Amino acid sequence: MTDSPTRWSVAETVERVERGEVTAAAATGAHLTRIEERRSLNAYITVMADQAREQAADIDRKRAAGESLGPLAGVPLAIKDNILVAGVPCTCGSRILRDWIPPYEATVIERLRGAGAVFVGKSNCDEFAMGSTTENSHYGPSRNPHDPERVPGGSSGGSAVAVADFQAVAGLGSDTGGSVRLPAALCGVVGLKPTYGAVSRWGLVAFASSLDQIGVFGRTVADTKAVFDVIRGHDPRDSTSMRTNGARPAPKQLTIGWPEEYYGEGLDAEIRHSLEQTANRLKDSGHKIIPVSLPNSKYTIAVYYVICTAEASSNLARYDGVKYGHRADSPDDLLDMYRHTRAEGFGDEVKRRILLGTYVLSAGYYDAYYGTAQKVRTLIADDFTRAFATVDCLLTPTSPTCAFKLGEKMDDPLAMYLSDIYTTSINLAGLPAVSVPCGTSKGGLPIGAQVIGRPFEEHLILSVAEEIEKHRR
Amino acid sequence: MRSENERTKAMTPQSVTYDPVIGLEVHAQLLTDAKIFCGCKAAYGGAPNAHTCPVCLGLPGALPVLNRRAVEFAMRMILAVGGTVRHEAIFARKNYFYPDLPKGYQISQYDQPLGDGGSVGIIDAGVEHRIGLIRIHLEEDAGKSFHPENAGDDATSLVDMNRCGVPLIEIVSRPDIHSPRQAGLYLTRLKQILEYLEICTGNMEEGALRCDANVSIRPTGTTAFGTRTEVKNMNSIRGVERALAYEIERQTRLVQSGGTVVQETMLWDEKAQSAHPMRSKEESSDYRYFPEPDLLPLRVPAEWIQTVRSSLPELPQTRAKRLATQYGIPAYDAAVLTDQKALADYFEATVKGFADAKKASNWIMTEVLRILKDRALDVRKFPVTPASLAELLGMIDQGTISATMAKEVFETMVASGRAATDIVVGSGLAQISGDDDLAPLIDAVLADNPGQIEKYKGGKTQLFGFFVGETMKRSKGRANPQRVNDEGRDRDLQQQHGPGARPRPSRRNCGRALVGDHSRIPGGVCARFD
Repeated sequence: MTDSPTRWSVAETVERVERGEVTAAAATGAHLTRIEERRSLNAYITVMADQAREQAADIDRKRAAGESLGPLAGVPLAIKDNILVAGVPCTCGSRILRDWIPPYEATVIERLRGAGAVFVGKSNCDEFAMGSTTENSHYGPSRNPHDPERVPGGSSGGSAVAVADFQAVAGLGSDTGGSVRLPAALCGVVGLKPTYGAVSRWGLVAFASSLDQIGVFGRTVADTKAVFDVIRGHDPRDSTSMRTNGARPAPKQLTIGWPEEYYGEGLDAEIRHSLEQTANRLKDSGHKIIPVSLPNSKYTIAVYYVICTAEASSNLARYDGVKYGHRADSPDDLLDMYRHTRAEGFGDEVKRRILLGTYVLSAGYYDAYYGTAQKVRTLIADDFTRAFATVDCLLTPTSPTCAFKLGEKMDDPLAMYLSDIYTTSINLAGLPAVSVPCGTSKGGLPIGAQVIGRPFEEHLILSVAEEIEKHRR
Repeated sequence: MRSENERTKAMTPQSVTYDPVIGLEVHAQLLTDAKIFCGCKAAYGGAPNAHTCPVCLGLPGALPVLNRRAVEFAMRMILAVGGTVRHEAIFARKNYFYPDLPKGYQISQYDQPLGDGGSVGIIDAGVEHRIGLIRIHLEEDAGKSFHPENAGDDATSLVDMNRCGVPLIEIVSRPDIHSPRQAGLYLTRLKQILEYLEICTGNMEEGALRCDANVSIRPTGTTAFGTRTEVKNMNSIRGVERALAYEIERQTRLVQSGGTVVQETMLWDEKAQSAHPMRSKEESSDYRYFPEPDLLPLRVPAEWIQTVRSSLPELPQTRAKRLATQYGIPAYDAAVLTDQKALADYFEATVKGFADAKKASNWIMTEVLRILKDRALDVRKFPVTPASLAELLGMIDQGTISATMAKEVFETMVASGRAATDIVVGSGLAQISGDDDLAPLIDAVLADNPGQIEKYKGGKTQLFGFFVGETMKRSKGRANPQRVNDEGRDRDLQQQHGPGARPRPSRRNCGRALVGDHSRIPGGVCARFD
């Protein structure tokens, strides 16, 4: 334990607040100071200093009154700016929602609030979560704390940076194709993408509804699990959220699959080496590693970009200047207002995806693109089901490369899309996966391992992640 | 493939007659308390945007949750028209931009609607036609835009989202309708069924029931479909009929003058009584439907369908048949009475208190309907309760009041809401029916006319009518003619010559004659007796 609350884990923070060794106000204050000192990394779009201090004061008041405190009492969190906190601007990294203040809030926020968490800010992200580097934010890119000239990954880069850089103890992101796991890997923190339906999407601004899932960042697996345990569970306001029966008891000795397709061309040699070491350590501690095949992996990127853009083109239709957000000045007529509002309000990547999505849903193209993509999505999911007949989980790299330079891939969308090559299929199949730091490159950049589990077996993959974490120390 | 004959016809369009082919798309707002995907009130009206929440406003982050009741209401309609409820239906997004569509898409159903098939029967010129249905699906309504008139260049349009998310069913007919009149009959029948099921008010003016039409024409006798246009913006059944007549005429003239029909959307202008094409800008040709990812497939187990089926009320045509059989009223009466569910309910409730169904039916079809029509009242708000009407009819039947008086009493009942006995007792309108009241009158008539009695006894039996008429005159019309007849027949003069040997006329037959012109009673009644 160090003396600055910014270095504490979730458990340490809660314990000290409960014992009265530190006030929630002090813990929050330390983070707000750190945030101010580290503005250059651009982790946050909106710093919620006043609201955070109020929340902290409320917890301190409760403690003084002898009331019971929640499991996250006084824990400062970073919230991705596409998750609604009532009364706090929610920009989604976009100009089009620059001034929009939501009148209601996400289920996860309600639950975290109830657990005593303190929200220190709304973190930076790629516009509407579309991107792999956080460079697509209207509010400027976030920077990787390990090397500020490099990207933190995306789209939930702000939360990853905040957690890695001690500007929050833990954070929330959203993961549609890797947006929690990729920045977690590139920033050297833990990132959990839960099973589709494990966490309510109520109050998460939709990018691609059938893929979106709120995820958690922590500096440790334990921290990540602590936050996940608060936000998970059925919500009657989200028809796709699931009731789950208790997870099966995890066997001590696991069979871990090694999908060959994830270790082929395009994977950085250092990362491959790191994963092999990780596998060997797991073997040494008694687990079995067996090769498995996910033959339809090669279609993942194509399928993902058809489905996510199709859904996005529809989900983003509501930003039309009529009801909230940006509206173009003095339009000639309605159509002119729509055109200019959206042309001015959206950035290039969002426009690219809306165009692509509109195209794949168009009459005459639907079957060839969207229809086919849905069929192949089923094949990809079937690959996993087959693999899970013999293994308890899968071990893969999270990203084919370590953090690259800002601007490096901005002019090459296809190269950028390949950053998600190991993460998107998990969203297509609706499975849980966690990225956990497993090594460091020669250049000092973090490397992440991804553990993929069966539906609703978050606790199993987190326990594997915990072992990987232990081996590293 | 067209036949040779058809091709020849097509070459000389002006010599050909054309038949219209019409298919209707009807939207009906469901009468659920809450909207289809959120808990907001679905009620019509309210201050603008009062019944809204993040879901129906389409705020970022909001998600739909399906209202089970809306599904049940839709199932009622599907089952009532003999359609099939799918065990799995899929909601789909229909994407288009419009200011009153807050999400930029409407949640509807596309290739897997809740209901398939079914049909609705209409009777056109005495012949029954069945109009087939393609599908019935569930969807959400959009809001309403207001464009203030005379606003000039700074015109601001306003949007009211109260209607956003109100549940709708869309009922799509096959192109089985062949005239504007048939379209009107079909709509009337749909409206009637919806009202019977108590799932829609059927009010077209308030937009609770809306109709778009697909219209094409083809040379008489041919079967291939012509190019269709879609006609929108009709606000009444009459409006639909007129718009269709207009469009059929327009297409016919166009083709007859060598032109071709272009597939387009026509907007009916009720004021101008004409339709004009929608600007192509306003038309959205590609809705880019895809399955709604925020909702799971709607699973409808067989037991649920069975539960809804067993809760279906009796439908108008079945009820009409039952009324005719059970109460022995003519088919015509049964049809009139079952036109509105509430009127049939009124009739059956009346008959509970007054067993003569035909008399009850007559009174309701003439007096009640007349007043409802004159005052544009809803049966459910009619001030005279069925029990109260039954009481009045009973008073006529027992001879307490005459039919003519009854009409006056009825008017008073409608105006005041008071009971019949109350009005009659209070006004001295009661007939003189009791023996104690009638006997002295009859005695006096007989005493004053000894000569006539002699003639009567001598065989001139038609003079019986004279005695009755005299009695009525002396009572100033208040004597119950039936009772006068009965009393007279019981007198001595009847014993010898009266109709004792003849079948005694029933009160029922007599009652028929009594209803009608008061001045004809003396003669009329007597003629019947002789």
